[in-house]
Amino acid sequence: MNPKRIASYFDRLQREGRTGFIGYITAGDPSPDLTPSLVAAMVRGGVDLIELGVPFSDPIADGPVIQRGAARALSAGTTVAKVLGIAAKIREQSEVPLLLFTYLNPVLRYGLDALARDAAAHGIDGGLLTDVSVEEAGPYTAAMHNHGLDTVFLAAPTSTPRRLSLTAQYSSGFIYLVSRAGVTGERRTLSSNVEPLVHAMRERTSLPLAVGFGISTPDQVRETASLADAVVVGSAFERAIEDSLTAGADPAAALEARARALAAGLPSKKR
Amino acid sequence: MLTSQPDSLGHFGPYGGRFVPEVLMAPLEEIEQAYNEARTDPAFQSELHSLLADYAGRPTPLYHARRLSESLGGARIYLKREDLLHTGAHKINNCLGQALLARRMGKRRIIAETGAGQHGVATATVCALFGFDCVVYMGEEDMRRQRLNVFRMRLLGAKVVAVSTGSRTLKDAISEAMRDWVTNISTTHYLLGSALGAHPYPLMVRDFHRVIGEEARRQILEKEDRLPGSIFACVGGGSNAIGIFHPFIADEQVQLIGVEAGGRGPAEGEHAARFSGGSPGVLHGAYSYLLQNSDGQVLLTHSVSAGLDYALVGPEHAWLNDQHRAEYVPIGDDEALQAALTLARTEGIIPALESAHAVAEALRRAPSAKDQIFVVNLSGRGDKDTDIYRERLPEIDEPETHR
Repeated sequence: MNPKRIASYFDRLQREGRTGFIGYITAGDPSPDLTPSLVAAMVRGGVDLIELGVPFSDPIADGPVIQRGAARALSAGTTVAKVLGIAAKIREQSEVPLLLFTYLNPVLRYGLDALARDAAAHGIDGGLLTDVSVEEAGPYTAAMHNHGLDTVFLAAPTSTPRRLSLTAQYSSGFIYLVSRAGVTGERRTLSSNVEPLVHAMRERTSLPLAVGFGISTPDQVRETASLADAVVVGSAFERAIEDSLTAGADPAAALEARARALAAGLPSKKR
Repeated sequence: MLTSQPDSLGHFGPYGGRFVPEVLMAPLEEIEQAYNEARTDPAFQSELHSLLADYAGRPTPLYHARRLSESLGGARIYLKREDLLHTGAHKINNCLGQALLARRMGKRRIIAETGAGQHGVATATVCALFGFDCVVYMGEEDMRRQRLNVFRMRLLGAKVVAVSTGSRTLKDAISEAMRDWVTNISTTHYLLGSALGAHPYPLMVRDFHRVIGEEARRQILEKEDRLPGSIFACVGGGSNAIGIFHPFIADEQVQLIGVEAGGRGPAEGEHAARFSGGSPGVLHGAYSYLLQNSDGQVLLTHSVSAGLDYALVGPEHAWLNDQHRAEYVPIGDDEALQAALTLARTEGIIPALESAHAVAEALRRAPSAKDQIFVVNLSGRGDKDTDIYRERLPEIDEPETHR
């Protein structure tokens, strides 16, 4: 009944000795109709797990690029129900793992159990709610696990040892390590905090570790790939959408090109 | 039971809690620990007490508004004069407390959000006093409405950052302050100005404002030898209201009445009445009554008063509402303006527009409350609102041009 796409994805990466490439896109930016083709373009460019963002009016964890993407998606009429429809469309054409990525309030309003049930039915594999601490996560993880969905949590350079253990305990599928304290957005240099964070997490879990926040160049992808099981890129893709809209160009082509350029930073075989 | 809230994770019944990105969880735990130590540290309490007395001007008077009471022919109305505090509003109570805490934690950079500018001015003031760097986030729309306070903050040495996202009001200023905080947590304390946000803020802000209710309780017993029938306070996030309500929660005969912004009416986006127009949801770290659409997106709000113009109410108020311990009602823009005018003309006191909402509800109820005692928390003075009063009450300005 439940294909466990996220676990099989990381198994496959390990068998093939590859590092995964996770890409974030705000569903509905610039319009809900376009998102399935934009995701297909990212996958053609080398992205192999999609974080599908549900836009929220008050995205406190996001920098200006993703904020603007969310505003465009909301003014295009994107709702939680429409994002689920988008997921189903993607699923008709592709087996790429899909992680629903958002804030708690839209999910709460939809209903935790209803959301988990409908997400599973529409081909979504898991969720990450940026503003749900493990302390508050009980009802959410219960609903998700009940419907066979993974729950990914964030760990940060500020997380205490106790919190890292809790994050490992509540996560399934993989764990998302935030490379630096701050909001989402491209950075010129990567933080040196991430390596100790990776090691501290490895001591606590056998789950795969993805690293993200601020990664926007092939060199940063290469640097991160040497530490992590997967690299996450978000704002750089949203930037590609925004730039192509400004230039009157095709966002799908821009996303595919951006994905391909960043994927060039991935080592072909590890070790 | 009602006064034993919150629990160790910051829950007031089902409300409150900690809904923030993981990056902020450890800093919140650090604040919680520092605050728990400070709370029971006599040296901290004594320094705070001295500052409140000698710098801020506590205790504030509880003033019997005789002419106002007589003109209504009902309740005896007392005003708790928080407007007489240094910086002109209750906000300084919390700012002094959190500044002492920031110093204790070794943080020398303070950030804050502000709506009406009162919290921004109080924050800029304590930062000048303690020698901290100060950055205040303020919505562009609020900066336009509250130009005088923007200048006061700058005069005090604070940097005021205009927030141009979303509705360009308090909600967006809080989002922007939180983004600054996640980026600069090692050096920075976020001096949140209302009984909002993630635990321990609603608890800590309430505790720093409890002095309002403690004084009022003692003062009314001295003056009247009995407790008031009703206490009125305006509720944006709800810091002045929880401060005056909390010491009376166990006194079941005392009605607690919170007044929200009814704005231009009950239509979506025209008010900030969370209890009559909202439903439970999460914003900026806390679970409480929220103005949101059917898809969980936060709605824009409106009030003539920038300090009440916010989509979420403080979580302890949500709990008091559900327990039927406090009652929350909306007052519209026009009625608040008229109440301010009434107070100005009968007592010679120009209230802040926020506080005028509480006055308005007291004016409504006073005529039918003979022999009762009312206490209205006059949380701030109206100087900052002079431009809005001029704009909205044109009939009293330069009357010759209106002949």
